[in-house]
Amino acid sequence: MALLELEDVVAYYGAVPALHGISFTVEEGSIVAILGANGAGKTTTLRAISGMVKVGGGLRFGGRSIAGRSTEEVARLGIAHVPEGRGTLSQLTLLENLQMGSCLRHDRRGIDEDLKRIHEHFPWMRQRSGQVAALLSGGEQQMLAIARALMMRPRLLLLDEPSLGLAPTVVQSIFRIIRTINQEQGVTILLVEQNARTALRTADRAYVLEVGTIAVSGTGDELARDESVRRSYLGY
Amino acid sequence: MGTDPLLAASVQGVLQQLVFGLATGGIYASLALALILIYRAMEAINFAQGEMATFTTFIAWTLVTQVHLSYWIVFPITVAVAIGGGIAIERIIIRPVERAPILTVVLVTLGLFAVFNGLSGLIWGYTIKTFPTPFPVRPVFIGGVAIGIQDLGLIAVSLVLLLAIYLFFSRTRLGLMMRSSALYPESSRLLGVRVGWMLALGWGLSAGVGAVSGMLIAPITVLDPNLMQAVLLYAFTAAVLGGIESPLGAVVGGLLVGVLLALVGTYVPGLQDLRLVLGFVVIIGVLLFRPGGLVGRAHVTRV
Repeated sequence: MALLELEDVVAYYGAVPALHGISFTVEEGSIVAILGANGAGKTTTLRAISGMVKVGGGLRFGGRSIAGRSTEEVARLGIAHVPEGRGTLSQLTLLENLQMGSCLRHDRRGIDEDLKRIHEHFPWMRQRSGQVAALLSGGEQQMLAIARALMMRPRLLLLDEPSLGLAPTVVQSIFRIIRTINQEQGVTILLVEQNARTALRTADRAYVLEVGTIAVSGTGDELARDESVRRSYLGY
Repeated sequence: MGTDPLLAASVQGVLQQLVFGLATGGIYASLALALILIYRAMEAINFAQGEMATFTTFIAWTLVTQVHLSYWIVFPITVAVAIGGGIAIERIIIRPVERAPILTVVLVTLGLFAVFNGLSGLIWGYTIKTFPTPFPVRPVFIGGVAIGIQDLGLIAVSLVLLLAIYLFFSRTRLGLMMRSSALYPESSRLLGVRVGWMLALGWGLSAGVGAVSGMLIAPITVLDPNLMQAVLLYAFTAAVLGGIESPLGAVVGGLLVGVLLALVGTYVPGLQDLRLVLGFVVIIGVLLFRPGGLVGRAHVTRV
């Protein structure tokens, strides 16, 4: 079943069109990657889903239309969005960052369980819970951002370039975390990436964006094996 | 060998001024905190803060002297009215200019200043009124020094208020959401927080804190539509002294300004009438030599 459906979505920054009618679906429980060069519209696609830019066309989440809804409404429906730059609440402590993730939930026990699980997974988040998040390294901030998003107990997790600016080994562990979240907690994931090689290895399905339209689509394996796709769109 | 009676008298005098300074300082600190609550969210000073407080103080005065309710019943009613009013002002008047340049916001608050000052005059007139004090006027003797119960009461109420605000922002979920919304509106929205309402709540809280400062200062001065103008200047001095963004700084700054004004006003000849000027001198001095303020919130960043 499709959890997220985009149908001929158009998005504008002021008068400048950034998406020229893109359509794709994200199946429940899958990992979907959107690839493409700088300026292809990857970030805009995520911002369109979260109601951060003006959009036209059809946007459906879990069967209901989310086009034209405010950012906070979309988040409340179960879409967690880790934005460009990771959205770190940098002057707040690590614990407060995580608490902000669950700030709208009322299931106290569930919140405690989720926090405990995150602390077991990332013991350093417990040890440094009173520190302000600004002191974290880039990789740690990315992990905190993902953990904060998980505290929302989302159905869909949007990740904007999780590998940006990180060392290769850190990128590997971030993608390992992404796969774990998907497999163990059943969270559907839509991520945009410039790092095509790693993303294709992780994704069930991938779309290649080129100046605001979808140029190629297929399973991760298909795109990774396709010589012409690799040369013209992914650059390796 | 007995103590010199003159020396004893002057020590007593200094201690009394110190306590009086802390009492008024607590009030400046409260209003400074009200300014900071809004400043942290909008990076603009609400110049109407004092006049809004004056307006609610007049409401309290009406309830106390005309309706004959007890001060301690009127107190929470007035705070509640102020919070509701603050929320309404933000939703109706500030919201349309929320994304406008800061200067626009500042001009709107200057407009609000004129509106509330005029409304107070229109409704209650410009003749000076006395606001009955809720505290006994007699002194208590602490270690042989006569200290006004009223001063101690003012200090106690300010302390309770400041502590309550501190606990609200550091210990409650709503307080955390408000802090996050003020500092990181975009990220907070992505977490599902209704940032606009958090800002409105900030205005409400700020108006509530301002209302308390008005009800505390009115009994020790006189009530007229310009009640809070000098207080606002001292509160602003306190906020600048504390580094404008730091709540702790505002409290420290407020107490310092209160004590400084009390001592200077009493012991430096000729300065009693120049206290307002002194406020400006402190502001300019801080901005010139220590723009981060005395406490100065350390911006921790990793580079």
